Amino acid sequence: MRTNLSERLLDLAVSVFMWGFRVLIVAVILIGTISTIQAGKYTSEQWIDFVVQGISQGSLYAMIALGYTMVYGILRMINFAHGDIFMTGAFGAYFLATWLNNTGFIDSNPLLGLLIPILFAMLVAAGIAMLVERIAYRPLRNAPRLVPLISAIGASFFLEYAFRGFFGPGVYAYPPINALDGEWQIFGIGIQKVQVVVAVSAAIMMAILYSIVMFTKVGKAMRAVSENKDTAALMGINVNSIIVSTFAIGAAMAGAAGVLNSLLFRQINFMIGFVPGIKAFTAAVLGGIGNIPGAMVGGLVLGIFESIGPSLFLEGLGIPRPYQLKDAIAYTMLVMILLFRPSGILGERLSTKKA
Amino acid sequence: MSMLNVENVHTFYGNIHALKGINLHIEQGEIVTLIGGNGAGKTTTLRTISGLLKPSEGNITLNGEDLIKYPAHEVVYKGVSMVPEGRGVFARMSVTENLEMGAYSQSDTGKLARNMERVFHLFPRLKERRAQLAGTLSGGEQQMLATGRALMAEPKLLLMDEPSMGLAPVLVELIFDIIQQINNEGVTILLVEQNALMALSIAHRGYVLQTGEIVLGDKAEQLRNDPTVQKAYLGIE
Repeated sequence: MRTNLSERLLDLAVSVFMWGFRVLIVAVILIGTISTIQAGKYTSEQWIDFVVQGISQGSLYAMIALGYTMVYGILRMINFAHGDIFMTGAFGAYFLATWLNNTGFIDSNPLLGLLIPILFAMLVAAGIAMLVERIAYRPLRNAPRLVPLISAIGASFFLEYAFRGFFGPGVYAYPPINALDGEWQIFGIGIQKVQVVVAVSAAIMMAILYSIVMFTKVGKAMRAVSENKDTAALMGINVNSIIVSTFAIGAAMAGAAGVLNSLLFRQINFMIGFVPGIKAFTAAVLGGIGNIPGAMVGGLVLGIFESIGPSLFLEGLGIPRPYQLKDAIAYTMLVMILLFRPSGILGERLSTKKA
Repeated sequence: MSMLNVENVHTFYGNIHALKGINLHIEQGEIVTLIGGNGAGKTTTLRTISGLLKPSEGNITLNGEDLIKYPAHEVVYKGVSMVPEGRGVFARMSVTENLEMGAYSQSDTGKLARNMERVFHLFPRLKERRAQLAGTLSGGEQQMLATGRALMAEPKLLLMDEPSMGLAPVLVELIFDIIQQINNEGVTILLVEQNALMALSIAHRGYVLQTGEIVLGDKAEQLRNDPTVQKAYLGIE
């Protein structure tokens, strides 16, 4: 009886605390936003700029998040090396683009100068991801779930330090595509061309991926395998090869995102995959891990929040360098979603009933 | 030569010796039923034939060809399809997509369309619900879908695991009618059932499985009249 009472008191305390936490977050956002808007420091053009930046950054998160979510959907495993796959794509594209740039090809043919490195990055990333799957994950397919997770972290470090070993710790600059300099006027608003190109390319690639998953034989087989491997095998589906395709397709998206990221930030280094990888994982959880549209939505929401959050509600609270806290916003969102809606924005309730 | 020959098959589930030397054979065009209590090894037998489990010992041949050497996804190409226990429909895929998955081993799209028509003819309910997600179907409809899906591969041998499980009596009769109809169209059937009475009423022959061993094998009529079978599985004292 006593333990029962103390347990109930504890439950009550926990739920009071959780509610307090929610109220606190909402209050911070509201008070900050109101005081920022009253101060009127930013013009509406600047706000639009924040949103556009958020969309282009967020669409990169979305592209990477797709790989996390697809692999999770099929293997119930978080592929923590996925961020580094993004890095390998960026490196592959860097070397090809630099060579193309030296021959003058990019200047004379900017569209192909953009597309060819993207395709190459997709191939490099897919190839490396397939190797990682073969070496680091497949032998552990039937091991307890913690084991492949540790192996994934090992694969992540391996890729990072292998690339540092080969290419050094320095920063490489992705060759400029002159055609992407400057702004376009869209509805009378000046928007940097590169941001438009990144967001549009990401949207096209995600549309292609979504149609592959929904309408092709291999995509349907992926969905079947993610529901039940044994039954999928009974249909004649080679489960291993579908798993490999899933890794390859997710990695190709990450590789392409690596190139788009290089267009936006121009810098390539062996660690560039680390933070975007974790952000994209956050985006995948935010949208509902295992859910493909969820990863896209989660990426965009995260990108936009990160981009407008510091100026919108942190600055109004009188925080001196709010932009330094943009990562904190992302991770606060991760913690909050895990606490309050673990199934994510679009996720279904994670039920344990499995027929 | 029998269509399917299972000789002295031993299968382990981890440390559990689930099948202890199973011998059975199925002739072309037969319905053979495998009856037995919970944990007797009925499902294990089917999973071993379909390649999901590998026996530690013994032989399985289909029309004389060794089946054990093929992984599960290649056994389908040899003409063996399975309706798994608990139906195992792909809940988040539509009825049509489930049937398409059943035809995964078929490369001819014209055939796919024809087989889908055949399935819709057998189960008009599925045609009505073809755009619906399989997870939203009732238990009976899911059983129809799982059966139809297995037929999409044009099997020579159909393995069915407890098709009557959890279904209302009317639906059980419907499913058993369909099984007979499928059999009349030339598909050989191995039927695992707890509902021994129903199973023995449509089967040509039957085997009784007890803790991983076959203790009886005879014509269905003989089994129905066997006092030990009556007592243990038919509820007749």
